[in-house]
Amino acid sequence: MTDCVFRIGGEGGEGVISTGELLTLTLARSGYEIYTFRTYPAEIKGGHANYQVRASDTLLLSQGAWVDVLVPFNEEAYQKHIKDLRKGGVLIYDSDSVTPPNTDGCIAYPVPMTSLATEKIGVKLTKNIVALGVFSGLFDIPFEKFEELLKERFGRKGEAVVNKNLQALKVGFDYIKSQPKRDTIRMGGGPRQIKELVLSGNESLALGAIASGLKLYAGYPITPATDIMEFLAKELPKIGGFVVQTEDEISALGTVLGASYAGSKAMTATSGPGFSLMVEMLGLAVMSETPAVVVDVQRVGPSTGMPTKTEQGDLYLAVYGGHGSSPRVVMALTSVEDCFYGIMRAFNIAEQFQMPVVVLSDQYLGHRKATVPAPDPSKVPVIERRTPTPDELGPDFKRYLLTPEGVSPMSIPGTEGGYYVAEGLEHTEIGYPAASNYENHVRMTQKRYKKFYAIEALSNELTRQYGVEQPEIGVIGWGSSEGVIREAVQMAVEQGYSVGAMHPKILYPLPLVRLTKFIVGAKAVIIPELNYTGQFATLLRKRFAKDFVQLNKATGLPFTPQDIFDKIEEVATNVRRGSGSRTHAASV
Amino acid sequence: MSAEAVAPELTPQAYKTDEHPIWCPGCGDFGVLSSLYQSLAGLQIPPKDLVVVSGIGCSGRTPGFVRSYGFHVLHGRVLPVALGVKLANPKLTVIGVGGDGDGFAIGGGHIPHAARRNLDIAYLVMDNSTYGLTKGQYSPTAPKGFQAGSTPYGNIEKPLNPLAMLIAYGATFVARGYSGKPKELTELIKKAIDHKGFAFIDIISPCITFYNTYKVIPPRLAEVPADHDASDRAKAFELSLKEDRMYLGVFYQVQEPTFEDGVAEVKSRAQASSRPRLEEIFAEFS
Ligand SMILES: Cc1ncc(C[n+]2csc(CCOP(=O)(O)OP(=O)(O)O)c2C)c(N)n1
Ligand code: SF4
Ligand SMILES: [Mg+2]
Repeated sequence: MTDCVFRIGGEGGEGVISTGELLTLTLARSGYEIYTFRTYPAEIKGGHANYQVRASDTLLLSQGAWVDVLVPFNEEAYQKHIKDLRKGGVLIYDSDSVTPPNTDGCIAYPVPMTSLATEKIGVKLTKNIVALGVFSGLFDIPFEKFEELLKERFGRKGEAVVNKNLQALKVGFDYIKSQPKRDTIRMGGGPRQIKELVLSGNESLALGAIASGLKLYAGYPITPATDIMEFLAKELPKIGGFVVQTEDEISALGTVLGASYAGSKAMTATSGPGFSLMVEMLGLAVMSETPAVVVDVQRVGPSTGMPTKTEQGDLYLAVYGGHGSSPRVVMALTSVEDCFYGIMRAFNIAEQFQMPVVVLSDQYLGHRKATVPAPDPSKVPVIERRTPTPDELGPDFKRYLLTPEGVSPMSIPGTEGGYYVAEGLEHTEIGYPAASNYENHVRMTQKRYKKFYAIEALSNELTRQYGVEQPEIGVIGWGSSEGVIREAVQMAVEQGYSVGAMHPKILYPLPLVRLTKFIVGAKAVIIPELNYTGQFATLLRKRFAKDFVQLNKATGLPFTPQDIFDKIEEVATNVRRGSGSRTHAASV
Repeated sequence: MSAEAVAPELTPQAYKTDEHPIWCPGCGDFGVLSSLYQSLAGLQIPPKDLVVVSGIGCSGRTPGFVRSYGFHVLHGRVLPVALGVKLANPKLTVIGVGGDGDGFAIGGGHIPHAARRNLDIAYLVMDNSTYGLTKGQYSPTAPKGFQAGSTPYGNIEKPLNPLAMLIAYGATFVARGYSGKPKELTELIKKAIDHKGFAFIDIISPCITFYNTYKVIPPRLAEVPADHDASDRAKAFELSLKEDRMYLGVFYQVQEPTFEDGVAEVKSRAQASSRPRLEEIFAEFS
């Protein structure tokens, strides 16, 4: 079995990211499953960046725990990452800028990348292409796939640029071929045949939004959500839609509500600081019953926090943010593939139930790339909002008609006889303010919450499970940790533990039927979360008297399967000793 | 029999809802509403194609009294919502209404951007120089010395100048009206709705309850001079800075491409390089 983790590190702007991306695409085109992970420097220019590519011939669930091939472009990268290199792993370093004190315990290939690039090509920046040539020569990654890709990438810049890059590729290839191979990694081609795409979570989400019929995107730039806006700015106008960059996030969600009210599917995407600004507008969407999709690609908070690092810290805000009794749906995306289908479901829920849907992603998921089967939009049939029947229209049109399911007919401007005012004040069935009618307020609040019955059923349906179905030790995760948890559970099951994981996709309303069965049957339940206090665990404690075991990691980095596995082992030992499930906010 | 039924003429009455305005008797907003009915009838705007977006304040209650579509949004957020409505369906007539607090204080950050985008909407600010709904605190257009609940010793801030501000920000139609001159106001609102681009009217609309200016305003009023060249931005700006009188009429009006024109242009540029099917977009990532 092939399963290899490459990590390239260096100065931002030195080509670390583009080297990683070219390697990713080449490996994907060579038939491997891919799972990438990247961190960015916070600096605008410079600072440390790294790009990790895991390639395998079987389905990948996480970024991996150890590095098999480490490629430091500079001394800092070497110092930072050498501890993660597997024992006996491969170290390929730029010998012009890195001097390892010793290379015991690994297989080292010094390559003078900088001088090869400057002397043989005359362009220092081509040193990352030299590195790609080295990968090809050393690991048998098909040379012609690299060539093909470089021609596509640089074709527009003219033949001279293409040729320089092709030369650099050859220089790296030849250099390493002149050395004896001392490792055993071979990546000549994987088994993958079906049509797959290489997408980041954000790209997958944007494509899913297009497939749902998105017509208007309004947003304000913020890391790590900006690339959703930029992707859509390019693609949406081609199919008759539009992207508007508003003056702030309040305006972004306001614009979305206006467009949705007037009949267009609309969304916005942001991160913590922007989402905080949107809270009042979210309440307007609830009160006026206007469909809206709000994506929060979470980063480390509070305040400006650590903009380029990952966290699952906005769950409280998503579920509880705002004043009043304010029902909204909160979903969490779990994988690159799920970004596509998940956002389609979000649009469906928003339209069907005429309310805002908050979709939580995060930096780790939004920015990592993975091979995914070409998405098939027909898997999630598009649902449109309920519009009035002809006999509902007329002078007495009731936009906020009380119905058993809480959903009323929504007329679209341009429709004769469907006049109404979408109201932010509490209102009657016809939409007229009724700010002193207490009974009416109770009725209307109930109406807005009634929608949860049907959504809760959907929440149960969309909850996934891995490992032992009714386990002794349960793990309940959310969002982008799905793959990592699944891999850890697999490891634990293989070692004979009775472990299973549950992973809801709709976090609010909670999938109570599924959770109850799972939680009641388990001796201990671990809740892994990338935040300091355990926001999901708190949400669960409101409904279950269980003494959940929290596993909190709040470093700005994602979980590794090992993090979860270690916790499972520890809890299993306690369970065996009879100490059962304990609550403690351990930090990784 | 004629193939096409002739739609009956829409009277001002046709735009009234059954709801009686909740405003204090004598409030300037009645005059504004009545002129709005007259203007809509004058232009024969079909109610089904009209959306009135309003903010929070006494003035913000307006959509409830207009038989058409409406969106009563948050305090200060008229313009973002109006942008969304208009982008979703450019065929709609979109009118934004709100107070001076709504527009110039809490919502002030949106005005420059709505103005410079030149979105084709009319924005009517019912300016009473006070926060009517919250019982009379000073607003951004209240004069220095204004005494009320939050300024018991007098307002120490100088008022902002809405007309100068809108001209500076790039609005393509900037005017001032007065609720007490319904005929003239009707004409102004008609012009604003008719204008292709962002049309702004600062409508002086006294709050009889908390800041009764019915005595002090009329003597200061004057028509915009007949020889004023409204297409000259510098002249318009100069007129807006005059403090001797309160001029009523159109200060500035020019024709420029609207936001909607720009949107159409972006779409056609994008479609020139088009692969309009999802599968073809997928191909880029394989
Ligand atoms: C975010 C927010 N802050 C404060 C308020 C309270 N509030 C309601 S209306 C208003 C001011 C109204 O003044 P103006 O906009 O001039 O409208 P007017 O009542 O004078 O027509 C305020 C402060 C609110 N509704 N929302
Ligand atoms: S408080 Fe002032 S602005 Fe409000 S309705 Fe009464 S008079 Fe009009
Ligand atoms: Mg006011």
